[in-house]
This record gives sequence, structure tokens and C-alpha cells, in this order.
Amino acid sequence: MTTIHLLLTLLTLTLAGFFIGRSKAIAVCSAQGGPSTLHSRPIYYGILTALWCAVPALIVFLFWLIFQSTIITDLVVADLPDQIRSLPEARLNLVINDLRNIVAGNIVGGNISPAIQAAADHYKSLEMTGQAALSVIVTVMAMVAVAGVWLKITPALRARNHVEKVIEILLLGCSTLAVFTTIGIVLSVLYEAIRFFKIVPVHKFLFGLEWSPQMAIHAEQIGSSGAFGAVPVILGTMLIAGIAMCVAVPLGLMAAIYLSEYANRHFRNVAKPLLEILAGIPTVVYGFFAALVVAPAIRNTGDMLGFSVSSESALAAGLVMGIMIIPFVSSLSDDVINAVPQSLRDGALSLGSTRSETIIHVVLPAALPGIVGGVLLAVSRAIGETMIVVMAAGLSANLTANPFQAVTTVTVQIVTLLVGDQEFDSAKTLAAFALGLLLFVITLILNVVALMVVRKYREHYV
Amino acid sequence: MYNLKELNNAQGRVRTIDIVKKGLNRRYRKERRFRIFGCAAVIISLSFLSLLFISIISNGYTAFLQTMVRLDVFLDTRVIDKDNLADANYSKLIHEALLSVYPDVTKHNDRRKLYGLVSTSAAYRLRTFVAKNRHDIGTRIQIWVPADDDVDMLMKGYIDRDTPESQRRIDDRQLAWVDQLVRQGQIKKVFNMTFFTAGDSREPELAGICGALFGSFYTLIVTLVLSFPIGGAAAVYLEEFAPKNRWTDIIEVNINNLAAVPSIVFGLLGLAVFLNFFGLPRSVPLVGGLVLTLMTLPTIIIASRSALKAVPSSIREAGLGIGASKVQMVAHHVLPQALPGMLTGTIIGMSQALGETAPLLMIGMVAFIVDIPSGFTDPSTVLPVQIYLWADSPERAFLEKTSAAIMVLLVFLMVMNGVAIFLRKRFEKRH
Repeated sequence: MTTIHLLLTLLTLTLAGFFIGRSKAIAVCSAQGGPSTLHSRPIYYGILTALWCAVPALIVFLFWLIFQSTIITDLVVADLPDQIRSLPEARLNLVINDLRNIVAGNIVGGNISPAIQAAADHYKSLEMTGQAALSVIVTVMAMVAVAGVWLKITPALRARNHVEKVIEILLLGCSTLAVFTTIGIVLSVLYEAIRFFKIVPVHKFLFGLEWSPQMAIHAEQIGSSGAFGAVPVILGTMLIAGIAMCVAVPLGLMAAIYLSEYANRHFRNVAKPLLEILAGIPTVVYGFFAALVVAPAIRNTGDMLGFSVSSESALAAGLVMGIMIIPFVSSLSDDVINAVPQSLRDGALSLGSTRSETIIHVVLPAALPGIVGGVLLAVSRAIGETMIVVMAAGLSANLTANPFQAVTTVTVQIVTLLVGDQEFDSAKTLAAFALGLLLFVITLILNVVALMVVRKYREHYV
Repeated sequence: MYNLKELNNAQGRVRTIDIVKKGLNRRYRKERRFRIFGCAAVIISLSFLSLLFISIISNGYTAFLQTMVRLDVFLDTRVIDKDNLADANYSKLIHEALLSVYPDVTKHNDRRKLYGLVSTSAAYRLRTFVAKNRHDIGTRIQIWVPADDDVDMLMKGYIDRDTPESQRRIDDRQLAWVDQLVRQGQIKKVFNMTFFTAGDSREPELAGICGALFGSFYTLIVTLVLSFPIGGAAAVYLEEFAPKNRWTDIIEVNINNLAAVPSIVFGLLGLAVFLNFFGLPRSVPLVGGLVLTLMTLPTIIIASRSALKAVPSSIREAGLGIGASKVQMVAHHVLPQALPGMLTGTIIGMSQALGETAPLLMIGMVAFIVDIPSGFTDPSTVLPVQIYLWADSPERAFLEKTSAAIMVLLVFLMVMNGVAIFLRKRFEKRH
């Protein structure tokens, strides 16, 4: 029985369970004078039966799916001949990969040794057995559950309360998924990063001045020393993010001030949604725009003015990233500016200050913490932004602060290290996870600080 | 600034109004300047937006047209065996048809250039035609086949005839041949169906977005099926059931932080957990959907919570007051009221997922895939990744394809956001 068939069977059983439970409830109460003598309405008895039928079976089913391939692989490996099992881990993984490919029916390069073929057959038979066992277990569990609930149904059974308890637990489970996601991110990135730090020491990673993530395949190979110093990469990220903020903060802030303090309603109703379109455009489109329009334009301008600009200059990527962040800054500033009480404005105006003086001396200082929070969130976005820099920024790590040169960023390096073929024990691949950890930690700190600032500010005026 | 002594001398005492009046013009100028700065910021931002749209549309609109070449093909019975249509050498027929237009081309090299005027797919078109019209075998037929992408670019005016021959993708002889075809009316531009019905291809004239569209569709289905129920349930729990305790606080802080985690980190999570730990296959919509679910969940939860908050508490109290249990109250009274708002949040999350690229690069959805995926576990790519892949291609023809694919993506996003705004408007009216 395949997975789909099994799920369909389970669904049928669940539906059957629902009707069986409901009809049993109606049957037990009919002798005593109708559904009003039941504790809950008959439908709840049906739902209770269905839940008991589906939930435990599904849990078993999920765990089985998750662990089946690992367990079978372990069993098969344990049965492999000694000379294969004693191979180093990397080679053994290759053998296991081959094995899985044979089982999946893919073409495998090279000759298949009889031992591997036998193992593959073993794997297949174990998989078949496992699948059959799973089908039987799940089906039997579902049936037993239905029968069990059926026996228990009496007019006094508090079916609604049971059902509601289960629903609440399910809701709680859904809401904890966010926590599990965070734990998953931290653990997975941390685990690989620690493996990386075993090869490259932490201080060399954090303070090294050279980044060229090529490990030598042969010891005597030239030019692939494998330097994993993250400083140039981090500086490049900060350079591009800095340029982006230089574009986004003045434009976004001024736009927000104009729209909330000066513009009439008609203009605001048109301009605000248009600005928000900028936020809805996918980043890959910005990347294309940067590579196609902005970068050549900047290079040509530079040529005209007589200095050389790299075609992957930090300026182009930063500029476009800034455009992307404008609506982010402007809508966050808009919120905080609107939250400043009108009485402050009225007071300043009544003392005779002009509107711009009111804004500069009264509204902005009052809104400053919120604006700072918003800018910090924008910085964290700029640092984590990927597609624009992948398409418009450079690949080689230059230790420079010149915006006309090509620099690389953390996200670009993660993408270039991980896209394409990868082995999971080379420092090159693991370096991406170390960079990912760095990115996660930096953005997390920025977010936490920003959220704290914003929250504190809100309490100030509410 | 103000010479108080002078004022004192003139009037004997300082009058505030004079100080104010003296500075007034300067202050008004400052006010005007500030205002102009603000207006300029809005206009500059909007002009960036229009520049983006103009550059993409001007680069991309031609991709919706395709240059076709008409050939007079003689369906030679010596080449086509009526009982074995599949094995016939259709390229030979196409080549003969081209040679019949230009009988003076004899040299081997020139011939190859001549054959290069039409797409390699011409032979497949001819085969399909013959399979449908068996009775035409042995006669002379007219068939429109796609032109090569270089000819296509020439016809659309992207190749400058004035550039030196060595720097042009099309040399002078080919130019003359194409001109002759144009004079004879053997070239026309038609609506580019290939773009909407084909998968990816190395040949620009054969590449289409259908594969990527299906990939996006399957990925989004997985995302929707998982993220809406889970996100909605999480929001309902946090808003209606959660006790005020430490665990609830942890969950809330977590969700807020997850909303601001860079998307590429979710890609790393998917790579490490779904691919390496659980051993799910690479490049499939199922894994893409799982990763995007985790990414969009915070958005959906936050939006759904504010939709639930907007339901007046009188409704809850009325429900509880007539004896409904808490679950009944939520399911029968609060959820129906909050559903449009929750749907709006979900659509916004979905449009975020539709435009997302970076995490999908991590789980291998960047592969070059020609076949149109037909399920959740077929290797596939998605529309934004297809844009990324094409943007990397050197051919000029892919530039217009990229722009056109972006236009299609933006249309989808606009439709989704339009629906969200429409729902929100209707929702607002009811309250």
C-alpha cells in the first residue's frame, strides 16, 4: 500500500468512525427519550470517535515516515561486508548514496559490486516490509480506536468537553510551531557552524582579513589556500547596507513627513499606496533592475566623469536596495509620526512656530525613538537582503570602503557557497552555515533592540 | 543677528514683534524649502517606481511576439515513410525547403548559417504537422516555423545593422537572406504562445514560463494548505485561549522575531533539516512549500491576530452569555467575523511567498528543468527563480524573456494584492 492509499484509507476510516459514533449516540439515547438526554449533541460523539481514529494513527504515521529511511539505512549498513563498513565516513556516505540511487531506480555510474546490489535488494525488501507493517499498524490502530470509543459511548459521556480539550491542544500545538522553527534554525545553523569552527578557529573566522573560500583538493595546489576571514565580507555588507540607508532614510523620512503633515488627503490617498507598491515588488525584480539599468548607468556616468567604476559596484546594489527600503522606512515613520499627540503640535504652532519648525523641534524629537527603531529594522532588512546583492554585487571579497568598487556580502557568499554541488564535510559548505549564524545573530540583535525601542516609545504616549 | 543696541537706540526699548518680523522672511523661506524637500522625496521615490516599470515593460513587451518564418516544404515520400512517421529526417526537409529559397548557397559553412535562420524546433513542428495531416505526404505544403532567436532579435530591432559585422550575432549574408524573406512576405510576427506553454530551454525562442508557473503553483498550494490552517489556529490560540503566562510570552516574542529573520536563513533551515536530516528530495515543490510555510507563518499569524482583535468583545460576551462554550463561541461567532481579515493576511503572505527567491535557491530549486512538473515531488523551479536564471543568461533574447516573466509575476502579485484590498474594503464596511 503506498502512502497515498494509506492516507485515503485512514480518511475513510475516520469518516466511518464519525458516522458510527454519531449513530451509536443516537441509538443509546433513543431508549431514554431522544437526544436531549445526551450530555452533548450527537455530532460531538461522532467527532470524538473520528478524532480518536485519526490523531494517534497520524502521529505514528508521521514518525514512521521521518525515521524509516534512517533506520533502514542503519540496518543495511550493519549488514554490509566489513571492508565497506570500515571505509572512512565520507566514502561510506558515497556508497550509501549509490545504494539509495539503485533503490530509487536511478542510473548509477561505474560498476555495481554484488555486495552493493545485495544490500540494495535488502534495502528494498526492508522498505517493503516497513511499508506493509506501517499499513497494518495504522489501520489496526484506527479500527481499535473506533471500537474503543464506540464501547464507551453512553449518554453520560462528556463528548463535547473531550473534543474541545483536543481542539485546544491542537491550537496550542500550532502556536508552538513558531518556537520550534526558531529552535530548528538555531540548532541546524549552530550544528553545522560548530563543525566549521572545528576546521577553522572562531577567532580566525571573526577577525581574519582575507576571504577566499577555496579549499585545496591536493596539498600542493597553488592559490587555494582557503582563507576564511569574515571581515571583508562583513565590511562589504555594511558598506552596501550603509549606502542603502543613506538613500532610504532621508527619502523615506521626508516622504513620511510630507505625507502625514503637509499633503492633502487626495494626494496622500494616491501617493501612499503607490509607495507601498515599492515594498511589494519581489527582490529578484530589483536585482534585475540593478544589474540591467542602474549598474550600467553608474558605470557610464563614472566613465564620463573620468574615474573607473566597477560594473558590480557597491553603489548600484546599495542604491537599489535603498529604493526597496524606502516604503519600509516611510511607513514605519508614518506610524510613529501619527502617534505623536496633536496637542504637542498645537502647542508649538500656537507659540508661533512655522510648520517646519514644529516638525523639526517638536514632532521629530518626540518621534525619534520610534524612528530609530524603524531604521534599525530597516538596517536588519538591508543586511539580510539577498537577491539584489546576488544579482548586482560582486563575488570577490575586497577589503575596501570605496563605493565604486565591487564588494561582496554575507548573503552573496551563502548563496554562492551553497548553490550547486555540495559535500557536507568540506569547510567551504560549512562556512556558509557559519555566515548564516552570523547573519542570524546580527539581525536578531538588531530586531530585539528595535522592538524594545519601539515598545518603550509606545508606552510613553499611550 | 539682531543688533539690539541699534533697536534700543531707535526706539528706546526692544519690541519682540520687531525681532520676530525681522526673522519672518527667512523662516518662511526655510518653511518653503522644507516643504519642497518633502515633496521632492515623494516624487523621487515615485519616479524610481516608474523608472523600474518603464525599463521592464520597454524591455519586455516584445517577448510576447515571436517571429515566424514561412517555409514551402515538399513532403518527400522518399524521406517520410508513411508507416513510420516518427523516424523520418524532418530536419532534412526543413533544410531542403530553405535551400529551395536560396539555391545559390552551396558552401558547407554557408549552408549551416542558412539552416541557422530557423529554430531547431522547426523539425518538431513539421513532424507534428505531418502526424496530423497524413494525406499531405508527397505534396508541397506551407508551414510557419519559429525563427532563430538571433533573427527574432533582428526583426524586433535589437540588433543594430550599423555595428561592424564581427561584433554582430548575424553576419551580412544572413542579413541579406532575412531581408529577402521579409520582401517575399515569408516572415511575420505572431503572439508568442511558446512563452506560455513551454518549459525552460537553452534556446531562447523555445523557452517559456509554463514550467515555472506550475512549479510556483504547486509550491504555493503546499504553502497555502499548511500555513493558513496552522497560522489561523496559532492566532486563535494566542488571541482567544492563551493564558497570560511565560510560555505565551515566549511564543509571542518568537513570532515577532521570526517575522524579521532574513528569508535566506529559512533556506538554510530547509537545507539542513528537510534535505539533510529528513532526506527529502531536492528541487521539489513540497520542500519549497514547507520552507515558505515557515517563512510566511509569522506574517499570517500577526495579520490574523489583528483581525481577531478587531472583533468587538460584545460578540464574545453575548456568545458566552447564552451558554456557548469557549470553543463554540470562537467557532460560531468570532471566526466568521474575523475570517475576511485572516484571508487578507493569508493572501498577503502568499504574495510574499510567490515573490520569494533566496530560500528556494538553498534547497536546490535553481536546477535547469525542461519538463513541466506534474506533481508535488517533481523537480521544478518557480517563477522568481526562473527570472533569476534567465537574468544570468548572456543571450540578448533572454533579456526580453526575463522582463516578460517579471511582467507576468507582477501581474499575478497585483491580482493577489487587489483581491486582498477588495476583501479588506468589504470587511471594513461591515464594522
